[in-house]
Amino acid sequence: MSAEQTAGNGADGAGIVVSDTTGDRWETVVGLEVHAELATATKLFSSAPNAFGDEPNTNIDPTSLGLPGSLPVLNRRAVELAMAVGLALNCDVRPCVFARKNYFYPDMPKNYQISQFDQPLNVDGYLELPDGRRIGIERAHVEEDTGKNSHVGGDGRIHGAEHSLIDYNRAGVPLIEIVGRPDLRSADDARAYVSELRAVLVAIGASDGKMEEGSLRIDANVSVRPVGSDELGLRCEIKNVNSLRSLGRAIEYEARRQVDVIEGGERVRQETRHWDEEAGRTRPGRSKEEAEDYRYFPEPDLVPLVPDPDWIAKVAEGLPPLPAERRRRLAEAAGVLPAQVALHVERDLDHLALAAIERGGDPARVVNHVEHNLAVDGAEALDPGYFAALVTMEVSGELTATQAKAVLAEMVTSGRAPAEIAAERGYEAMDTAALDVALDEVIAEHPDDWAAYVAADDPKKAKKLAGFFVGKVMKATAGQADGKAVNQALAARRAASGG
Amino acid sequence: MTALALAAAVRSGARTATDVLEEHLAVIDRLDGEVAAFNLVTAELARAQAEAVDAAVARGEDPGPLAGVPVALKDNLCTRGIPTTCSSRILEGWRPPYDATVVTRLVAAGALVVGKTNLDEFARGASTENSAFGPTRNPHDPSRVPGGSSGGSAAAVAAGFVPIAVGSDTGGSIRQPAALCGVVGLKPTYGLVSRYGLVAFASSLDQIGPFATTVADAVACLEVMAGHDPLDSTSIPEASPALQGVLADGVDGLRVGVVSELLGEGVAPEVATRTRQAAEALAAAGATVEEVSVPATRLGLSAYYLIAPAEASSNLSRYDGVRFGLRVDAPTTGEMMERTRTEGFGEEVKRRIMLGTYALSAGYYDAYYGKAQRVRTLIARAFAETYADHDVLLSPTSPTTAFAFGAKTDDPMAMYLNDVCTIPTNLAGHAAVSVPYGVGDDGLPIGVQVLAPALGEAVMGRVAAALERSAPTTPPPTLGSRPADATTSGTDTSAEGVR
Repeated sequence: MSAEQTAGNGADGAGIVVSDTTGDRWETVVGLEVHAELATATKLFSSAPNAFGDEPNTNIDPTSLGLPGSLPVLNRRAVELAMAVGLALNCDVRPCVFARKNYFYPDMPKNYQISQFDQPLNVDGYLELPDGRRIGIERAHVEEDTGKNSHVGGDGRIHGAEHSLIDYNRAGVPLIEIVGRPDLRSADDARAYVSELRAVLVAIGASDGKMEEGSLRIDANVSVRPVGSDELGLRCEIKNVNSLRSLGRAIEYEARRQVDVIEGGERVRQETRHWDEEAGRTRPGRSKEEAEDYRYFPEPDLVPLVPDPDWIAKVAEGLPPLPAERRRRLAEAAGVLPAQVALHVERDLDHLALAAIERGGDPARVVNHVEHNLAVDGAEALDPGYFAALVTMEVSGELTATQAKAVLAEMVTSGRAPAEIAAERGYEAMDTAALDVALDEVIAEHPDDWAAYVAADDPKKAKKLAGFFVGKVMKATAGQADGKAVNQALAARRAASGG
Repeated sequence: MTALALAAAVRSGARTATDVLEEHLAVIDRLDGEVAAFNLVTAELARAQAEAVDAAVARGEDPGPLAGVPVALKDNLCTRGIPTTCSSRILEGWRPPYDATVVTRLVAAGALVVGKTNLDEFARGASTENSAFGPTRNPHDPSRVPGGSSGGSAAAVAAGFVPIAVGSDTGGSIRQPAALCGVVGLKPTYGLVSRYGLVAFASSLDQIGPFATTVADAVACLEVMAGHDPLDSTSIPEASPALQGVLADGVDGLRVGVVSELLGEGVAPEVATRTRQAAEALAAAGATVEEVSVPATRLGLSAYYLIAPAEASSNLSRYDGVRFGLRVDAPTTGEMMERTRTEGFGEEVKRRIMLGTYALSAGYYDAYYGKAQRVRTLIARAFAETYADHDVLLSPTSPTTAFAFGAKTDDPMAMYLNDVCTIPTNLAGHAAVSVPYGVGDDGLPIGVQVLAPALGEAVMGRVAAALERSAPTTPPPTLGSRPADATTSGTDTSAEGVR
């Protein structure tokens, strides 16, 4: 089967590609290069504004246009944000040198990009995923962004276009390029890595992390190797992935394509490929053989950047708690694994959960409510004391799970105390006697169903009928019965009837 | 009249700036046809500036240390709204939207910008023959070159068109034409004068400096231009040095080394003789003078001709027809860039782009650019050792007096050898000044160079002033006795027109 025909039928969730022809198993290996625009007020080397969405060619000045005689002056804030990223990614922050990367392209005003080459600012770090795995970071260096071309006429691509327009608003915007090691093994891994990285960037205020506005851009280096092998295969660099979904699809497609190439008796060509979202496939771009020689050399218009240890320490002190740390804290307090509270941190509700636990709320119930019942606007403003009180009422049996959920929802909208809401709604937990009476009535009303339930051999059928009876009891009690208690009573009654 | 005498007259109200200006414009109008020092005479701009100076004097305000002094600017210094051509076709029609820092400072000091002077295209050359607008002639002999690349500025001062002109020096481009034209030319310590607004040739070597008829005028101009500029990252973070006050201090007790490597092979005997006479004069004035060997200076030329073209190849990439200057249309963007650069750049510029591109190429970087940078370190170290025992060094500025047009245009290597005495200073980032010291057998001026360590301008000025006091007279040029050359058009002073 050719690669074209297997689009959408790539590597599985664990990144293993099973060959259609031989049944051999191949491992997907992914390393990501992420470019993030740093959230500064002005550009990396001049005082022109750094803003998205403005009228074309309004945020410009001699330096961002590369006019003759203009010179770059390094933006201190950009360096601080870049150091914060490095520190958050557990990198060594080191003295560094800017270098010119020379190539001709009309959206690049000077026809060289000021970047960092052999002496980057941040090296040798890692990003911790929610499941605890550490993904290596080779380097995170600072560089300037290019302008933006739009091609008019033709199909919007450079070839066949009638003319091109260039917007230099983005030229000179500060970027940090975060080069990850090839430690990822699947599309799911890659998505988890980008989500986590984005959360870190947003948490420290380094970037808004908006993929749709291009402030976060991803290139994926993908290769495959036989399962069990330690060697790296020849990789392709996949560009033009503009969403997490595209990233996953592109990696899965590309892994399958490479397996097909290898099994077809050919070698994977090391090249840049572009993800075509509509076609669901990657297409070859520039191959590395004909790649340009960037003629890097130290940027003579700038002096080496040697961050003072005190300055680094100050930036480190200013870092807020990072997602991994926040997961660890909540997980510890709740007695669960960090991965189980990833969502809580992602929704920025870990502080609420921690505070509720501190105020005596049952950790398991608190964590459960946050995960399932608080994915709503305004949840972050919930009073942790009230939240803890609600959980305590639920655990003590004053409220059923269903009632607690309803009260919680109203707490979010009204900000009132749970006891007050419960009283107003007339919620009080039913005692066992009242539940028994209700159950008796329901069984009496449905004798045939009851007989079928008691006699059912098929667990599926039994479960279905149990659900039927629980539903009837809940209805009869107007939702005041505790679902768990009803289930227990029902099971006990069935056992007593010989089922 | 010297610049300082003119400024004193204008500040005291004895003369008006307007009167001074019109006198100089008349001379330019009458005689620049013979010299072709100017690419453009900015009479209207200068008249407005003169009126502002006169108004300030009338109000009783101090219009600044260079009040009413006409100044010519090398045409690679950006002037807002005024064409800045670098004597290249490729900048055709470009008017910078900003002033170079030195222009801002000169005008703030009361100077009057009378025009933009000719140069070797993009400052690449040593004769001002590589100009898209034709050569400038040596005021002392119209069949000879004025030197270069700041030939227009040197000739403008030598011809008496202006008391002060500004040039740039990357490998000798101020000092060599100063020597050939019989004026003072000073290359300050790298970083002392802001490069903001100087169209870059080789960023790590370029430095702006003054031409004048006296050492005092030269340092007065330097005082105005020097001092930290936040727009240039390589600008030294110090205030402008006070230099005029030390010039009369004499050289008693100073230790002067005459560089033996720069007196031997390749240096015309008459030039060596004048240099020895200068050394003797200093000894007579109380200095300790000895010959000193600095073998590393011999390495300068080869290192320079790798570093300068390498940086230049990158600096010149921005001239691509996309944003400013010449555009030669073609079906695709790539071809448009190629044709624009092919037609816009002259031969010498192309030669250096090729050299530099090669020196930076993958696989050659270490052998060429990398090694040249290591040689540069060696030269700086050798100078440091020499300066441990010497306050200044002495050498010829140029190995010969002014040569005839075309004498070296077919032999780039012979042309490059012109810079052998001046290049080591640029590589080390040090200061040096050329002082006129009589004439050679051909009756043409000879310059002697005083070299000083970084920020050694004060001691260098003292020695230069002592040389000036002892120098044999240089007969003034005899312009006006011959008709304007047919190959160089007269200069229109009534309006601003590019040649």
